[in-house]
Amino acid sequence: MSEVTGDSTGEMLRRVGGDTPLLEVRHVVKRFGRFAANDDVSLKVMPGEIHALLGENGAGKSTLVKIIYGSLQPTAGDILWKGEPVTIASPAEARALGIGMVFQHFSLFEAMTVIENIALALPEGRVTRQLADTISRVSESYGLSLDPDAHIADLSVGERQRVEIVRCLLQNPELIIMDEPTSVLTPQEADQLFVTLRRLAAEGCAILYISHRLEEVRALCHHATIMRRAKVVAETDPATETVGTLAQLMVGNEITRVTREKGKLGPEAILIKGLTLPSQEAFGVSLQDINLSVRAGEIVAIAGIAGNGQKELFGALSGEERPERADMVIFAGEAAGRMRINERRLLGAAFVPEERLGHGAVPGLRLTENVVLTRHGTGEGIARRGFTRFGRAGRIVEKVVSLFDVRKGVVDPEARSLSGGNLQKFVVGREVQRTPKILIIAQPTWGVDAGAAAVIRQSLIDLSRQGAAILIISQDLDEIFEIADRIAVISRGQLSAAEDADTLTPEKVGLLMAGGAEKHGVAAA
Amino acid sequence: MMRLELVKRTHKSRLMSVLSPLLAVAATVVFAGVVFAAQGQNPFTGVWYFFLEPVSSLWGVEQLITKATPLIIIALGLSVCYLSNNWNIGAEGQLTIGAIVGSIPPILFPNFVNPIVLPLMLVMAMAGGALYAMIPAKLKTVFGTNEILTSLMLVYCANLFLDWMVRGPWRSPQGYNFPITIDFHEWAVLNPVSIGGVYVNLSAPIALILVAVLAVVMRSTLKGFEIRVLGQSPRAGTFAGFSNRRMTTFAFALSGALAGLAGMMVVMSEIGKLQPVISPGYGFTAIIVAFLGRLNPVGILIAGLVIASSYLGGEAIQTSLQMSSKLATVIQGVLLFFVLAADTLILYRVRIVAGREGESLHA
Repeated sequence: MSEVTGDSTGEMLRRVGGDTPLLEVRHVVKRFGRFAANDDVSLKVMPGEIHALLGENGAGKSTLVKIIYGSLQPTAGDILWKGEPVTIASPAEARALGIGMVFQHFSLFEAMTVIENIALALPEGRVTRQLADTISRVSESYGLSLDPDAHIADLSVGERQRVEIVRCLLQNPELIIMDEPTSVLTPQEADQLFVTLRRLAAEGCAILYISHRLEEVRALCHHATIMRRAKVVAETDPATETVGTLAQLMVGNEITRVTREKGKLGPEAILIKGLTLPSQEAFGVSLQDINLSVRAGEIVAIAGIAGNGQKELFGALSGEERPERADMVIFAGEAAGRMRINERRLLGAAFVPEERLGHGAVPGLRLTENVVLTRHGTGEGIARRGFTRFGRAGRIVEKVVSLFDVRKGVVDPEARSLSGGNLQKFVVGREVQRTPKILIIAQPTWGVDAGAAAVIRQSLIDLSRQGAAILIISQDLDEIFEIADRIAVISRGQLSAAEDADTLTPEKVGLLMAGGAEKHGVAAA
Repeated sequence: MMRLELVKRTHKSRLMSVLSPLLAVAATVVFAGVVFAAQGQNPFTGVWYFFLEPVSSLWGVEQLITKATPLIIIALGLSVCYLSNNWNIGAEGQLTIGAIVGSIPPILFPNFVNPIVLPLMLVMAMAGGALYAMIPAKLKTVFGTNEILTSLMLVYCANLFLDWMVRGPWRSPQGYNFPITIDFHEWAVLNPVSIGGVYVNLSAPIALILVAVLAVVMRSTLKGFEIRVLGQSPRAGTFAGFSNRRMTTFAFALSGALAGLAGMMVVMSEIGKLQPVISPGYGFTAIIVAFLGRLNPVGILIAGLVIASSYLGGEAIQTSLQMSSKLATVIQGVLLFFVLAADTLILYRVRIVAGREGESLHA
C-alpha cells in the first residue's frame, strides 16, 4: 500500500505494460456549483492492465469515469491518451480513441433485438448476417452466450449486460471501462467473465474496473486506485492487500459488520404451494411447481443465475402477474394468488423489485411522489378519498432518509438524480420503514457499496428479528450466506428444497445453480 | 470553429419550464415577420395584423373566446391522454360523432321542446364522443393496435358519416336541398350573455370550470398521480397497483367525452344545426394547444387563447393585407415546432464548445 504523495504516485509499484501509460488523468477537478465531485484526481492506466477503481457510493468514481468517457468535461486538469494530451468532448470521441464502456445502467432499446442494438453502436449501423455471425463468435469465445435475434425486453438483467459487453468488444477498444460488471452474475458467470477479462488484458487491452466486491478485485486486478470524498486516497497492488485493508482504505474506518443471531420463528407467513405460471413472454421462463414456505422471523434466500425465473417468481409473488389458482400463493394464511398488488400489501406484504429505476421508482418523480407510489394503497392514509397527501409522504421520506442515511442534494430530489446506492437505500427503506409482515426483495444490494450494503442487510435482519418473514431473490452468494437462514436455488423455473444455510457451502449452491436444482426436465446431462 | 452542445441537467429547470413557451412565441413572431417580409409586406404591419389587431376590439375578444373555448376543452382531455402515454389524435372525429349523437333530440324529436333538452344534448354528446373514442382504445388494449393510426383514421370515417347524414337521412325538407338539418329549437342552442359588455355563452364558463377541476385532479388526487406514473413508467405504475389498460380506456373516454362536448357546444352556439363541416379543425389544433400548454391545465388555457388568436390573425391578414389565411396554419405549425424545440432547454442546457471534433484545446 502506498499513500498518495504528489506526482511520484505509483512509481514504486510494479506495473504491467511498459512505461507510457495508455491513459493518464492529471489533476482533474470537476465541480458542480460549489460541490467538487472530483478534487485533484490523478490516475494512470497501463496497457494490458486491469485497473480497479474503488470507492464508496458518492466518492467520485462515476464522475471520473464520465470524464474519461467524454460524457462530462473536467473543470480543470488534463487527460493524456498514449502520452498525448486529448480533449474527449463526447462518448463518440472516446470510442474513436478506443475507449469503450459497459454501464451499470444499461443503455439498450427494449423494443429492439440484440443485433439491432449492437448494430446501432457500430459505424455501419446496419444489421447484416455477417454481424450476426460476428456476435455469435465473439459472445461464444468470451463465454457470453447470446441469441442475436432475441428482443431486449425479454432478457434478464444478466443477459442485458452480456449485450452491453459484447457491443463494447465489437468496437475493438484498447480501454474498457466496466461499472460493476459482476453485480448481476453468479460466481460461475463471474469466473467466466474474469477469464474473458484476463484474456483481453493479455491481448493488450486495458480495463478500468469499478466494483464493490473487494474479493474479486483482489483476485483479478493488477492495480487499484482508491477514492474517498472526491480525492484519490491510495494506490495499491490489491493482491498484496486483504479485503479488510481495502475496505478500510475505501471507507476510512472499519465498516460495521452485519450481526446476526437466530431469531424466534413464528407461523408460516409466506407459503408457496405448487406455483405454476406459464411464461408471458417469448423468451421468458415458465415457473413449474414451486413450493416454499417462509416463517415469521426468518430470512429465506433464493439463489440462481440471472434469467432462470426470478423475474417471473417476483411477479407472481407481488401480484403483477397472477397465477391460475389463489392458493398457489398464501400470505399470512390468506390465499393471495389472485389478489392484486395492493390487496397483497394490505395483508402486510411489501415488495422491492430488482430494477430500481422504472420499476421500483419512477425516475422523473420526486421522492415524496415515489413514496406515494407503493404506499398509497396500504391503509396508512397517504391517499384518502381519492386525494393524495404529499405532506404525509414527505414525513416518510424524512424518516427513511435519516434511518438509511440516504444522501441527496436537495430536499426532495427526483429519483433519477440519486446515485445507485442511495436510491437503493431509499427504495428498500421505503418498504422497511412500513415494518411489513412479509417482505419480498430482489437483489437488495445490487451495485451498492460496502457501507450501504451493510446498512441494507442489517435492516433486513433487524426486520426479520422483529417478526417479519423475508424472502430474498439474489444472485450475490456472499450476501446470501451473510444474511439468509435458509437457501433455495432456482434453475429454469424450478426451485430446489430450501436448506439450512449452515449446512450449505457456496460450492454446493453453485452446483444447484448450474442445473442441479431441477427435478425433471431437459438438463439431465 | 464553434459548435453547440446539449448537456443534460440533473434536475428539470423551473426557470426554463416557464421561459421556454415564451421563447417559442418570440421565435414564432420573428419567423412570422420574416414570412411577411418574404411575401412583400412590411413585417411590422403583418405582425400587428396577425397577432394584435384581432384582440384590439371587444368584438375581437368575443371572437377570441368563442374560438379558444372548444380548443381548451378538447386540449384538456387530450392532455390526460398524452400524460398517460395514450396518443389520441382523433379528437376531431370524436367531436363530430359527439355532435351528431347530441343532435338527436332537436332533429329527431323537434316537438320535444323543454329546458331538459339542453343538458340532455350535452350529456349525449359526451357519451357519443366517449363511445367513439372507445374504438381505438379497445383496439389498443385488446389487440395492441397503434392508437395513433386508428384514432386518426376514424376522423375521416366520422366526417364522412356526418356528410352522409346531412345530405341523406337528416337533410332538412325546408332546406332548398342544401346539405343541412333543420334548425335547432330555442332550448337546443346556447345564447350569448353579456358579461361587462363582452358577449359569451355557457361554453366559456364550462371551459374555465374544467380547467380548474383538471388542475386539482392532476395536482392532488390519486387519479392524477396515476395518470402521471403510468405515462412516465408503465412498469412502475403496475408495481403501484395501477392498470395500463384501464388507464387507456379512461383517458380515451375522457378525451372523447370532452371533444364531444366541445363539438356540441360549437354547433349549439355558432351554427344552430348540423352541416357537412362543423369544425375548422378544432380537434387537430387542440393537439398543438395541449403541447403548447405543457399538458398543464392552466397552460392549456393560455395556449388556447394564443392559438385562437392565430385563427383570427389569419382572417385579419386575409382581409387587411390580402394574404392567404393558410399562413395561419403555417404559423401554428411553426409555433408547435418551436415549443417542442424550446422544451429541450428544460432538461438540457446549451454549451458552446470551441474547436472541432477531435482537435485538442490543450495542445
